Amino acid sequence: MSKNIRINVHHLTRVEGHGNIVVNVANGTVEKCQWQVPEAPRFFEAMVRGRRWDDIQTIVSRICGICSITHSLASTKAVEDALGLEVSEQTDLLRILMHYSEQLQSHVLHVGYLVAPDLFRAPSVVPLVPKAPDAVKTIIRVHRVANTWSDLLAGRTTHPTTLKPGGLTKIPTEKELRDLQETLKATVSDLVTICEVVLSVADKMPAFERDTEYVSLRQNDPPTYTFYHGGITSTDCNGDGPVPIQQWESVANEYVHPQSTAKWTRWHRDSYAVGALARFNNNADLLSPLGKKVAAMFGLKKGCCNPFMNNVAQLVEAAHVVETSIGMIDELLTRGLKSEKVQVTPKAGRGSGCVEAPRGILFHSYEFDKDGLCTGGNICIPTNQNHANIQKDFETFVPAFMDRGQDELRLGLEMLVRSYDPCISCSTHMLDIEFVK
Amino acid sequence: MSKPRVAIFDFACCEGCQLQIVNLEEEILDLIGAVDVVEWREAMSEQSTEYDIALVEGSITRPEDEERVKVIRQRAKVLVALGACATIGGVNKLKNHFDLDEVKQCVYGEAASMPHLATAMTKAVDEVVPVDFKIHGCPIDRTEFTYVIRCLLLGKTPVIPDYPVCVECKAKGNICRWEYGEVCIGPIIRAGCGARCPSSNFRCFGCRGLIDNPNLDAARDVMDRYGLTVEDLKQKMELFCSKQGPTL
Repeated sequence: MSKNIRINVHHLTRVEGHGNIVVNVANGTVEKCQWQVPEAPRFFEAMVRGRRWDDIQTIVSRICGICSITHSLASTKAVEDALGLEVSEQTDLLRILMHYSEQLQSHVLHVGYLVAPDLFRAPSVVPLVPKAPDAVKTIIRVHRVANTWSDLLAGRTTHPTTLKPGGLTKIPTEKELRDLQETLKATVSDLVTICEVVLSVADKMPAFERDTEYVSLRQNDPPTYTFYHGGITSTDCNGDGPVPIQQWESVANEYVHPQSTAKWTRWHRDSYAVGALARFNNNADLLSPLGKKVAAMFGLKKGCCNPFMNNVAQLVEAAHVVETSIGMIDELLTRGLKSEKVQVTPKAGRGSGCVEAPRGILFHSYEFDKDGLCTGGNICIPTNQNHANIQKDFETFVPAFMDRGQDELRLGLEMLVRSYDPCISCSTHMLDIEFVK
Repeated sequence: MSKPRVAIFDFACCEGCQLQIVNLEEEILDLIGAVDVVEWREAMSEQSTEYDIALVEGSITRPEDEERVKVIRQRAKVLVALGACATIGGVNKLKNHFDLDEVKQCVYGEAASMPHLATAMTKAVDEVVPVDFKIHGCPIDRTEFTYVIRCLLLGKTPVIPDYPVCVECKAKGNICRWEYGEVCIGPIIRAGCGARCPSSNFRCFGCRGLIDNPNLDAARDVMDRYGLTVEDLKQKMELFCSKQGPTL
């Protein structure tokens, strides 16, 4: 058996943004084992200064193309918190419905286009088209449903044009909502098909566990599997009341690790994980029936510490958001849709907004002067929060799997990073690591 | 005849324009049938060093990225700038209004002096290398994308509108955003988006860049009529159109 391994993955493929994997094993001893991020920083927190309260969403939506609705919602909530704006229940429901469309879009994109090729041992989804045309077309069909859904609620699939602090610029008609509901009902069987396809190759996901703290939103009143409201909790909180989102900086605790130059986050331990598996581990009891059914298909249970199962938790959530949205549309139609007028008077203040991006909890805070011009912002991205945890996983994964040889180990590490669904261009705080030769 | 080799690259951006290619949904299967996608890091593991068409997304913000895009230019027969970050610099150019050391200090604090955080003035792609075609917008419009690619495959020159967003907005029958007291910069911004934002009751914020010959007199009349100042307009124009060069 080879005792020497050199892995140097420059610009890992099939992830959003740029990351490198470097592993060096000599005579059976791990000498280097690193997850590096050389993404070009974009300095959003500096760029929002001097901009008006009603332009913040337009700017920070551009942090991420895949989770632009999430960034737009987090920033809009933060501006509303700062200006003391309340939104109507109708706005709240429509925004949550909008947010669910992005969860479905992103989860299907990740599992279907970025992860599935690994499970089928293919370099991309392209060679899978002739091999499994029905499966690929089912994935595309569900992805299209999610995007049509975003188009309707957000004005388009990427970078919403219907959000404004205090409300929405445009609401769907009752007929459009009814049509969406029919489409979602018809999508349930496609979702189950996708789950069955993934289940058929689920044994390709390494059986790897590492005890981990999982951080997500938790909403107790009313109890909801939340992506949008509630406070911050973790699997280490032992049921203690969620932390108010305004105190997010005391949860993320961004810090510089002495052995590297990367900014990481930690709460109760040296690292924590965010994302679908974190939400599942904190809120699984609140899933919809279909969400619970999908979890049972894969044997996914609360307390799971296998990071690869994040992909399965994404499928669970895809089923949950579709089923929950069908019910929400009934509620909206029963209430009847009303057009609403929003008047905003700028004032000085500081506010925070927190929502769950598909890939984990996201925090935005802004401060405004009396004219409503932004004087500062702070944003903490899910991928930042996963960075230290990916590194910790690497440190356990490499010794455990290095006897499988260089190629299998490399694939395993690539799959491990992908399982976190990293969104690297989002994470402006992430720094490059130079390892010592 | 062999299929044209297409490669997709990204620089500083949100990768939302690449996502619009994925969002072609079923149509992407036709696209894959018509071209040979030889490199696309976000979607595939394969890589290549020769391409007939290079699609470049994102702004150029570091010296090492200038070098990388120059290599791409050398290897590509045709280079297409994809989306606002690449065509005009987009929101990334907001950074250019500040002192760069101060920008780094603001975001990274004590760590700001670390060498890998080096950043330079944000540039659109054509400020570094010649660009053959531009697909505008933030994000790009999927229909316009397939139109441009189809033209390139057929050896035709794509025709991009050189009239303002107002033309498309009026055709849609929208009520002018100015009537609602909003500063909409549609009168000076290149059309081609189908006035998507004003059609959602959201002002145009200029993601497709300034048209080459804006009717400034008409714009002044509109500003006078609604009692707006140059400062009001500047606030909005800076979002996407800071320090912008020609857009065609």
